[in-house]
Amino acid sequence: MINRRDFMKLTAIGGGAVFISGLTSLSQAATGYGKGSAYDDFYFVQLSDTHWGYQGPANPEASSTLKKAVATVNGLESQPDFIVFTGDLTHTTDDPKERRKRMNEFRDIVSELKVKNVRFIPGEHDASLDNGAIYKEIFGNTYYSFDHKEVHFVMLDNVSDPGANIGEAQLAWLAADLRKQKKDAKIVVFTHRPLFDLAPKWDWATRDGAKAIDLLMPYTNVTVFYGHIHQENHHNTGHIAHHSAKSLIFPLPAPGSQEKRTPLPWDAAAPNKGLGFREVEAEIKTAEYKITEFPVSKG
Amino acid sequence: MNARHRKAWQISAMCLTVAAFITVNAAYGSGKNSNKERLIKIVAQRFSFTPNELKLQKGENVRLEFTSLDFVHGFNVPDMNLRADLPPGKITTLHLTPEKVGTFDFICDNFCGAGHEDMGGRIIVSN
Repeated sequence: MINRRDFMKLTAIGGGAVFISGLTSLSQAATGYGKGSAYDDFYFVQLSDTHWGYQGPANPEASSTLKKAVATVNGLESQPDFIVFTGDLTHTTDDPKERRKRMNEFRDIVSELKVKNVRFIPGEHDASLDNGAIYKEIFGNTYYSFDHKEVHFVMLDNVSDPGANIGEAQLAWLAADLRKQKKDAKIVVFTHRPLFDLAPKWDWATRDGAKAIDLLMPYTNVTVFYGHIHQENHHNTGHIAHHSAKSLIFPLPAPGSQEKRTPLPWDAAAPNKGLGFREVEAEIKTAEYKITEFPVSKG
Repeated sequence: MNARHRKAWQISAMCLTVAAFITVNAAYGSGKNSNKERLIKIVAQRFSFTPNELKLQKGENVRLEFTSLDFVHGFNVPDMNLRADLPPGKITTLHLTPEKVGTFDFICDNFCGAGHEDMGGRIIVSN
């Protein structure tokens, strides 16, 4: 369990700017510290877009970047309650045997994490060419939910369909899952692709993402964390905040900033530039999420 | 050449001219605000569209005929609100009359493999 003092220590060992997201309900603030006291606060770590198996000029050190990140997370003074990987665990391949091999290698590397509560969702590189078949063999369901302390976490799959549809079956599941929640429940959604139209001309969207947002909209405390775009981005659809994460393979240009979404050139002098992971501290009482960005390595 | 032969030659030349005009219009469209469509055939194959640059005129009626060779690619022009799935083994047709001048990017929006991110092109619309 982490408290504010521990959080400040964590930021002191190499974190970047802190981004605060979420809503403070006046009615909640008026109740003061109750069941949802500071002692229920916790934090998790989000890693994304590790692309295990990638070989190319955008990251000549691809075979070591993920391992370094695992070591950095293990070196955190206070360990998170859980760790989440938001997709593109592996780099795509047409060969199912190679896909399975990459996923097994990825699983073996992240099994070195000290924290054993590790959650996954797929990215299109993992799941789109076989509708998630091999991913499911190794990591289980592509969408699910779980509760941690007073927060309801929803893991959405917007990649097993190569057309980036969540699909009616999953949307029906989401609707049923949300119906069990109070309208002021603290809800955090993890997805790979943005649920909103961030940059459709770069395929940075979910074709039926608006339907998921419509289902989430009646809930007053919803925050979405996603990957896919290999950089930080912060956006609101109404009161719902969406935060994308950096990748652990190569950074991509700002949405729509150039003709092609080609990776930013690798910098030999700063090989981990633009890469990293984040910690998210959940403050239960105020439904705030403090995001701190970390580099791949401390050094 | 006597008068009769000269008349016949003139008629033949006129017919040829009219025939050529009709052929050109069938192949390349008939310009602005015509009901006729210019046909453009596009091949989709991992990881490219051929051609990947389409030069159109504002107001021109265009029929795009897609043939996909290897995958259910997607053709999406977000800024024109125009998209279709392109299943192999059949011709997929889209009709288009650009209303704005400019350059409009298109992409494959069905993830098709390691070069998917490079599969795209642009439509250039001029006056």
